[in-house]
Amino acid sequence: MLNKNIYLILIISFVFAISFWIGFNVNLLPAEASINAPIYDELFKILFIIGLIIFIGMTIAVIYSLFKFRKRNNQIGDGIALEGNLSLEIVWTIIPSIIVLLIGLYSYNIYDRMGGMKELNHNHDMMSSNSEKIWAGISQTSDNEIAINNLSIEVSAMQFAFLFNYPKGNFISGELHVPVDQKVSMKMESKDVIHAFWVPEFRIKQDIIPGQPTILNFTPTKVGKYPIICAELCGPYHGGMRASIIVEEESDYNEWFNKNKKPEVNL
Amino acid sequence: MTISIDPQKTNNESLQPKGWLRYFSFSLDHKVIGIQYLVCGFLFYLIGGTLASAIRIELASPMSDFMPRDVYNQVLTLHGTIMIFLWIVPVVNGAFGNYLIPFYVGARDMAFPRLNAVAFWLIPPSGLMLVASYFVEGAAQAGWTAYPPLSITTPQSGQIIWILSVLLLGGSSIFGGINFIATIIKLRRPGLKLMQLPMYCWAMLGTSLLVVLSTPVLAGTLILLSFDIIANTGFFNPVLGGNVVVYQHLFWFYSHPAVYIMVLPAFGLVSEILPVHARKPLFGYTTMVFSIMGIVVLGLVVWAHHMFTSGTPPWMRLFFTIATAFIAVPTGIKFFNWVATLWGGKISINSAILFSCGFIINFVFGGITGVALAQVPFDIHVHDTYFVVAHFHYIVYGGTVFIIFSSIYHWFPKVTGKMLNEKLGILHFIITFIGFNLCFAPQHWLGLNGMPRRVAEYDPQFQFVNQISSLGALLMAISTIPFLINVIISVRNGKDAGDNPWNALTPEWLTSSPPPVENWEGEAPLVEEPYGYGKEIYEQK
Repeated sequence: MLNKNIYLILIISFVFAISFWIGFNVNLLPAEASINAPIYDELFKILFIIGLIIFIGMTIAVIYSLFKFRKRNNQIGDGIALEGNLSLEIVWTIIPSIIVLLIGLYSYNIYDRMGGMKELNHNHDMMSSNSEKIWAGISQTSDNEIAINNLSIEVSAMQFAFLFNYPKGNFISGELHVPVDQKVSMKMESKDVIHAFWVPEFRIKQDIIPGQPTILNFTPTKVGKYPIICAELCGPYHGGMRASIIVEEESDYNEWFNKNKKPEVNL
Repeated sequence: MTISIDPQKTNNESLQPKGWLRYFSFSLDHKVIGIQYLVCGFLFYLIGGTLASAIRIELASPMSDFMPRDVYNQVLTLHGTIMIFLWIVPVVNGAFGNYLIPFYVGARDMAFPRLNAVAFWLIPPSGLMLVASYFVEGAAQAGWTAYPPLSITTPQSGQIIWILSVLLLGGSSIFGGINFIATIIKLRRPGLKLMQLPMYCWAMLGTSLLVVLSTPVLAGTLILLSFDIIANTGFFNPVLGGNVVVYQHLFWFYSHPAVYIMVLPAFGLVSEILPVHARKPLFGYTTMVFSIMGIVVLGLVVWAHHMFTSGTPPWMRLFFTIATAFIAVPTGIKFFNWVATLWGGKISINSAILFSCGFIINFVFGGITGVALAQVPFDIHVHDTYFVVAHFHYIVYGGTVFIIFSSIYHWFPKVTGKMLNEKLGILHFIITFIGFNLCFAPQHWLGLNGMPRRVAEYDPQFQFVNQISSLGALLMAISTIPFLINVIISVRNGKDAGDNPWNALTPEWLTSSPPPVENWEGEAPLVEEPYGYGKEIYEQK
């Protein structure tokens, strides 16, 4: 009996150890290039480790059962007539419930840190004054944030391209240029079908829904060129609907902006 | 008290065709209808599998070079629709449900035999119509979800045929659901209590409740969508003031429960298979029943987790996160109970048990990624990517399809009186298990790193991993060969099985193999302990 318990403790320790080792040493995600990314990766790591513990544990249990309790040659008779064990069943109801609840609370916390729980500020300068409903992506701008500090960009999605309008410079670009470490507010609209704005390195995604303007905010933290991918089936060339986001130092961004901006025409 | 259920005169033998012709007739015998469902479903599985192979050939290279892009979208739409509506749902519900439920409740047929025949005979024409739509003006191109406005703006005829086909299949599903509920509740043999029923009956009761509650919503939604397409109404068309997110709510109100409609019967089937081959009672019968009902209730209130990036309000995202994550609890209970059923048994290592254990391993993996996907912040990054494709296939192929094969190996002797060849069966399992995991495990990485789903072309950096995935798909296609050879040879020349080759205790094994027209020569047996393995009175000799 003592031996059995020692073996059990050893196996459980092994499962935990290997899961933690894989969780901390195997990186399955792309580069972290926005404020959201490290927060997301923290959640991913926790879920990955918990998942590995359960998966490896269950797999060992199934394979061990098949080997240990397999019917030997010429063996007759049945196994033990064990129909249930109330305390065991209570344990494996309560423990998963607690784990699920804790994961839920933790992911709520993560979501809140990403800005997902902030209500939209309906006096936001980007909002049109009429009563059109603006939908929220994550990272909402709240009342106490000064929207004026944000870089405002209008995104139009259509089959099969993204167009980026810089209202302050009065020009449209096919590439999205943003300065590093500055919050960007995007108002997104679709001209035809549902599209989605996804930057894997930023860990953000938001559907762009026809008839419903959507606000999406993010803050890039790493200079570089990243893909913008449409993630919602939008027609035959859906796979080709991509653009680039170029995150650059502020001086480079200003240079690019000044080169492209057009004077406003007042009619 | 000996009361035999009055056999509805469904099988006027002089009018019934004999032999294999029975399967091409409007037979009212539940066993014939069950086999009709299975064979018809399997033929559509081969078509859907061919389409899947075409998808994986296309994705073996980063450019769209195997077929035109619009054809690729038609192929993925047909693949999804065929596999869900014509293979998995009809087979785990219609085929095994029809064959087994009357046996389990001690009846001679289903409650409504004619409705049963109608439910089956809706399937071949609607399936053929769906496949034929490709040759009309091109099939539907909007994916199996048919989100507007895309489904409104793509070529009309394919989309309309798709809607009509899915409506008919939904009707078939509702007929079946009503029939199962009536049969399980009202047609039980006198003396047989609900808590004495085999677990598959409970699974089918839960599934049928889901079918009856949610499928009409899909039907209504698709009718409204067809109005938008044909009559220029504006229910979902934003140009005319419609709201596309309302469609998503209505669609997923059915289509999330549809996942449970696909896996709950599989849970029931595995609960029948494991005790027999492990020679142990099913562990935790009562908690198994309650967990099925828990899954049914929770399954109805989680649909919006498919819409976390659709601009749903924060409170809604939170509610659906918690509800979805909690489905893991009843599901987890079932898996622990199955492992406990194996534990301490005398397990015969055969194809049926291997596929069932493969199911447990695959489904746990798919379930874990499911709990992760339930978390809003996690889902936002991977929604609509190959991570979701992988998760979904781990559930429906690694879960349900593995159990379909397990069930075929388990009940083939009952249906035909012949045994399947075990060597070929184990070969089938090994190739399927390796091929499946090789195909879908790498797709998790693809999704995390930036490959969206439903694309014909992708970033070249993903080519190598996609090729591994395509190699796995090739193995899955090859794995069908030993299975088909096995079935075709064994039907005629297999080893005689006898009436009860597994020494099982559930009622279907207490009659001859194949069973007579009305299931039992005399009165239906009263089986109070379908899982009484290891008890002295039932001890295997």
